[in-house]
Amino acid sequence: MDMKRAYYEDIELFKSGTILFWAIVLMVGLFTLPLFSTNYYLYLFNLIMVHVILAVGLNILVGSTGQISLGHAGFFAIGAYATVLLMTKLGIPFFPALILAAFIAAFFGFILGLPALRLEGPYLTIATLAFGLAIMHIIGHMEVFGGRSGLRAPDLNIGIAQLGWNLTLTTDLSKYYLILIITILMVLGAINILKTKVGRAFVAIRDSDIAAEVIGINLTIYKTLSFAVSAFYAGIAGGLFAFVLGFFDPITFNFFLSIYFLVMIVVGGLGSIMGSIAGAAFITYLMYALFKNISDIPYIGDFIVNISQRWLSITGIDNLSAIALGLVMVGIMIFEPMGFFGIWIRMKKYWKAWPF
Amino acid sequence: MPFEHLLVEGLAMGACYGLFGLAVVMIYKTSEVINFAAGEMAMFSTFIVFHMLTFYHWPFWAALLAAFIFAAVLGALVQYIFLRPAKNPTLLSLIVITLGVEMLLMGFASWKWGAEQQEFSLPISYMVTYEPVKGFVISQWAMAVFIIAAIIMAFLYFFFNKTNLGTAMRATQQNKHAAKIMGINTDRVFAFSWAFSSVIGLVAAVLLSTKTILDPQFMLEPFLKAFAAAVLGGLMSIPGVLIGGAIMGLLENFFGYAWPAWKPITAFAVIVLVLCVRPSGLFAKHWVKKV
Repeated sequence: MDMKRAYYEDIELFKSGTILFWAIVLMVGLFTLPLFSTNYYLYLFNLIMVHVILAVGLNILVGSTGQISLGHAGFFAIGAYATVLLMTKLGIPFFPALILAAFIAAFFGFILGLPALRLEGPYLTIATLAFGLAIMHIIGHMEVFGGRSGLRAPDLNIGIAQLGWNLTLTTDLSKYYLILIITILMVLGAINILKTKVGRAFVAIRDSDIAAEVIGINLTIYKTLSFAVSAFYAGIAGGLFAFVLGFFDPITFNFFLSIYFLVMIVVGGLGSIMGSIAGAAFITYLMYALFKNISDIPYIGDFIVNISQRWLSITGIDNLSAIALGLVMVGIMIFEPMGFFGIWIRMKKYWKAWPF
Repeated sequence: MPFEHLLVEGLAMGACYGLFGLAVVMIYKTSEVINFAAGEMAMFSTFIVFHMLTFYHWPFWAALLAAFIFAAVLGALVQYIFLRPAKNPTLLSLIVITLGVEMLLMGFASWKWGAEQQEFSLPISYMVTYEPVKGFVISQWAMAVFIIAAIIMAFLYFFFNKTNLGTAMRATQQNKHAAKIMGINTDRVFAFSWAFSSVIGLVAAVLLSTKTILDPQFMLEPFLKAFAAAVLGGLMSIPGVLIGGAIMGLLENFFGYAWPAWKPITAFAVIVLVLCVRPSGLFAKHWVKKV
């Protein structure tokens, strides 16, 4: 069933009728979702999709090329600030501003990719981490970027104001469709990148950069390209994130955000696009929604509230989401290092030969 | 502020970073794990001191002793519960596990003690100053830091060179499998190195909390700087990390004096520049990946 007989079968988008069918079901589901859900869930879905874009991009870097980045909040911030500032200060329409901002982020990715050529392992980790922190501080200290007090996103006008075409998206519903379409495009892009020469080169570098160099892959070009592509995705995600939130400050893009991003792809499954989507959705839900009202959680909610009243502090109960995230991170690494994608592969293997 | 004062305070801060970087290096040397949880483990143990002092009114030294024991147990437990079960971990999965432990500890500490800053007073003060030589002012805190750092360094030198456990740690670091063949229980050696590292981290954190503040996030930036100092020193050498720490502390103090707004990132900018020139730190052989 899985045997490939021709190269085309390896690169086609829908490998079988089943996949095509479920993809169509998913698309129909996503486009009709606003009919069934409340405004709050649309907001949550917007956040999830923004994180999906970022996670897919980060997975190209970490999962496919094997370079660890703890500084993606920096690219995310660059995308958000650049989009908003290009729109408000220079009056550039939304789509060009978004793409320009993503290219700015990609340029910074290229810059960060240069030291990454010489660094490996822990040294690369500290360099990317320093980059993320540096971006946060630079933004916080420059008045152009709104300083510590943050920045307010303008109206999301996807038309071109200079030509008199105005189409302002104000509700979460309209933003949902905009972000959904961009997300689908970005995910399709990522799936296709991994099937081209560039994507194969990335994977070869991950598996062994020396062997990759021997077979003629230019490490300088492809490693920096990988950083740039990943930063491009983060830039797009950041630009959209600015409008989902409406208001943001430098602290939004702190060190922990970089950790959350890394956790998304690790929980989802390294090197797998579907895995990063699942991971981004799961972690976003965990961070923003699951522990919003702790006493409403079935069965254990009251118990947790009681414990924290008796032994711990009731004000700090929001930190439960951090604890849950920590447990998820440790648990997934110990029990299933491949993440959701690994669980899925195991299930598929089990059922394929089921009676035996 | 006079030059000498900046120098001494910078060196003292650097010694703190160096001590804390020692906690990172100690674990990296034996088990090749970058312990991102080091900061939060130290923070949690410092909160134990705080808790004993504030809620149970223990004398300071008793509280410190309790925290020492707690830190050692915590370090060994983290290794035992979270790191030992991971099968064939890659660098990334080790990073994620230790980051997970960090989130766990930080979440739990802010749940228990709240996110606000705590009143935490130690017998050593940053305000009391001495002037042993005319024109050379040193604070009580800086003196305590230098003395404690020297004691710990001497102890570590003795420990690594003269004791059985220290020799076993060096053997494990050089070749885990050969050490096993020689009859060393490497898992136990790892647990011990985690416990030691946790205690050293606690010492550094208590010293740092005197100078800065005490809240569940207070070790985040010192940890990053200590980690940077360790990287600067090459992650493998103990003198290297102290020199790296001193460089970090001095850079931070002098740049911080010149451009206060950019204090937090000058150190990191220098780290990245240094790494560009010497990709594996100042005092290490090149970081070689086995092919």
